[in-house]
Formats: sequence, structure tokens, C-alpha cells
Amino acid sequence: MKSLPTSAKSLGLLQCHDCHLLIRSEDIPAHHAHCPRCGAPLHFRKPDSIARTWALLLAASIMYIPANLLPMTVTTAVGAVQTDTIMSGVIYFIHSGSWEIAAVIFIASIFVPLVKLAILVFLLVSVQRRSKWRPRDRTVLYRITELVGRWSMVDVYVVTILVALVKLGAVASIEAGPAAVYFASVVVLTMLAAESFDPRIIWDVIEDHHDR
Amino acid sequence: MPVIACHDCDLLTQLPARAGATLLCPRCGAVLQRHRPNSIDRPVAFALSGLVLFAVTLTNPFLAMRSGSFIQEARLLTGIIELWKQDLYILGGLVLLTCIIIPAIQLTGLLYVLVPIRLGVRAPGAIHVFRAIRHLNAWAMMEVFLIGILVALVKLAKMATIIPGIAVLSLGLLTIVVTAAMTTLDPPFIWRKLDPRP
Repeated sequence: MKSLPTSAKSLGLLQCHDCHLLIRSEDIPAHHAHCPRCGAPLHFRKPDSIARTWALLLAASIMYIPANLLPMTVTTAVGAVQTDTIMSGVIYFIHSGSWEIAAVIFIASIFVPLVKLAILVFLLVSVQRRSKWRPRDRTVLYRITELVGRWSMVDVYVVTILVALVKLGAVASIEAGPAAVYFASVVVLTMLAAESFDPRIIWDVIEDHHDR
Repeated sequence: MPVIACHDCDLLTQLPARAGATLLCPRCGAVLQRHRPNSIDRPVAFALSGLVLFAVTLTNPFLAMRSGSFIQEARLLTGIIELWKQDLYILGGLVLLTCIIIPAIQLTGLLYVLVPIRLGVRAPGAIHVFRAIRHLNAWAMMEVFLIGILVALVKLAKMATIIPGIAVLSLGLLTIVVTAAMTTLDPPFIWRKLDPRP
């Protein structure tokens, strides 16, 4: 295996985002930039990657606030009404002795979304400041955010299962609180943000530097 | 010499003449190519068993809850309908999409693309179907749903007795089978097979 010490873009080669075909940029007509093999739209880099990722991140962090402050579930048991936020759910599990479940919910619902927001903001800022700091590690960070984002959905699923299952007439019922929808939107928005970020722009800075 | 670009850092790398096990990007460490033996037959087998498990999951009781003499049984779909009845369209729709519709599209789509390749013909629009399957990958979340079931069970254990139905077991198997179908797939090979250019 030999690697050529250069990127595809610097040689005027485009890589299809979908089927990874390499195409010479002069071979594609300007008005119809679609992959000749799979028909996907072609770009050197994902279009408006930085602006789109910022917009989605901003939306996600706004949603993160009501998701944590408002109740996830409203439980009615024998006349008594109890509301639970994400954090009070975690505390409930710690007190009832199932600390493994408490850890799962804390990691999936509070830790992962925050870390994901932080990593993506860090990547965006570092790219915009044209940082050359540890590009390989930053690419790994990006891959981690792509991989773990989906697991935040756990709490949304827990709520839906509880709501669907617990309808014991007058005895007990569980209803989904407003936070469930806000929290689901945080997960979806951060997943879309990770998808719209193009890790190759981390490396573009380093190549520009070599050229000069 | 065939050359490929890294999807994460855009570095050009020459492919080795003989297909090795796994090719990593020398600059950023991304997996560029991975050798997958039997990359048509294996995903087809997993997708077929996945469809069977789907039928089992949807037609069997999912969870039953017993509190005193009161027994309540729910299927996967009745649970989603229940959410719909409570006007939780977004939550119900999300579960329906990520745990039923998207995995079902992926399995049937895989069969639509792979079986004709196996038979030496090309299904119309197969390349677009394959593109869609790859894009939907991030949004099929059955394994996350399974963890959700586990947490819900622990949470309810104090309130009532929960009896997991056959559908929980088959959903667990289905998750494994769908993952296996997607990981035994060899996308570069399929793209070459579906290439419409002469």
C-alpha cells in the first residue's frame, strides 16, 4: 500500500459522498454535478458544512434546556401525581439501588448530548481558527460523535414504552411530559449536525499550509 | 493502479494489488476498505431471516403487565397506536420510523438490490435503492430501543409484574440479524456491480 502525499481535492479530484467514486472535476458538467455512477450530487466538500453545523448545534442547545428542566413523565398513582425530569429519574434509580440503570440513563441522556455538543463546537471553532493542532485526534473525536449520538435516544424509548404499557385504569397511569419531545429533537438535531460536518475541512488547513 | 480517497481526510491512497484484510487510511486511521467474503449470499441470508423475525415480532405479544388480577398485554404496534391515541404523534412516529419502518425498508431494499445481482441481472433503480439504504443506516435504532425496554422493565418492576413476550426475544434476534446483514455487506463491490456506465 502506498499513499500519495496529497488530497484528492488538490489534484482536482472529487470523491462521491455516496459511492466513493473518484471523478476528475473537469469531467463533470457544471450545470449537472451528479455522480456518473450512483447519481448523488457532487461536491468537493459537504456544502456550507460550517454554517449548517452551527445552525443545527444552536437549535439543539436551545432545545437542551427545556429537555432537562421540564418533566419527562407525569405519573398518576392512586390519585397522587408525580412529575419526573431526566435528572430526577436518575436520582430515583440511584435511591432504589439500581445504579447500573442510573448510569445508563445519566450517560445516554445527560453526558453524551453535552459531550457531543462540546466536541462539535470545538471542531467548528478549531476549523474556523485554522488550527493545525492534532488533526488525527480531532478526526477521531468526530468519529466518536457520529458513533455515540444515537444512544441518547434510550430515554425517549423508555418514556414511550412506559406510556404505552401503563394504563391501569384508575390505579396508575404514566403520561409523557413535554420534555420528551424536546429531548427527542436534541438527539435528532445533534445527529443531523454531526452528519452535516465534513471532517475533511480539518485537513484542508494543513494542506494549504504545506503548499505555501 | 486503482486509487481511492479517504472519506474522512481526503488523502489519496493506492489500493494494494491483492485485496488484503483491512485497509486503513495512513493519515487519519479511517477504515478505507475491508475484505468481506461471500458479500452477496451472507447479507441475503440475514435479510431473509430478518423478514421472518419481523413477522414474528409484529404478530406476537410484546410485553404483558400484571398487577393483582389485572393483566394488560401490548403488542409492539398497539403500543405505538396507544401513543397516537394520546396525541403523541411525534414520539409515536419516531418509534415507528426508527424501529419498524426504516429497518423494514433496509431489509426489503437489500433483497431488492442483492438477489438480482446474485441472479446476474440488474433491478431497475437498484443503485438509488442502495444509496437510500446506506443513508438510512444512522436512523435505524433497534438496538437502542432494546436497551430502552430493559430500563423500562427495571423501572416498572416495583409497580407490577412484567412478563416479556415472544416479540421481545424476536426483536433482540432481529436487531442482531439486521446488524449482521449490514456489516457483511461489501459496498464497494456492490457499487461496481451496479455501475450503469458501459
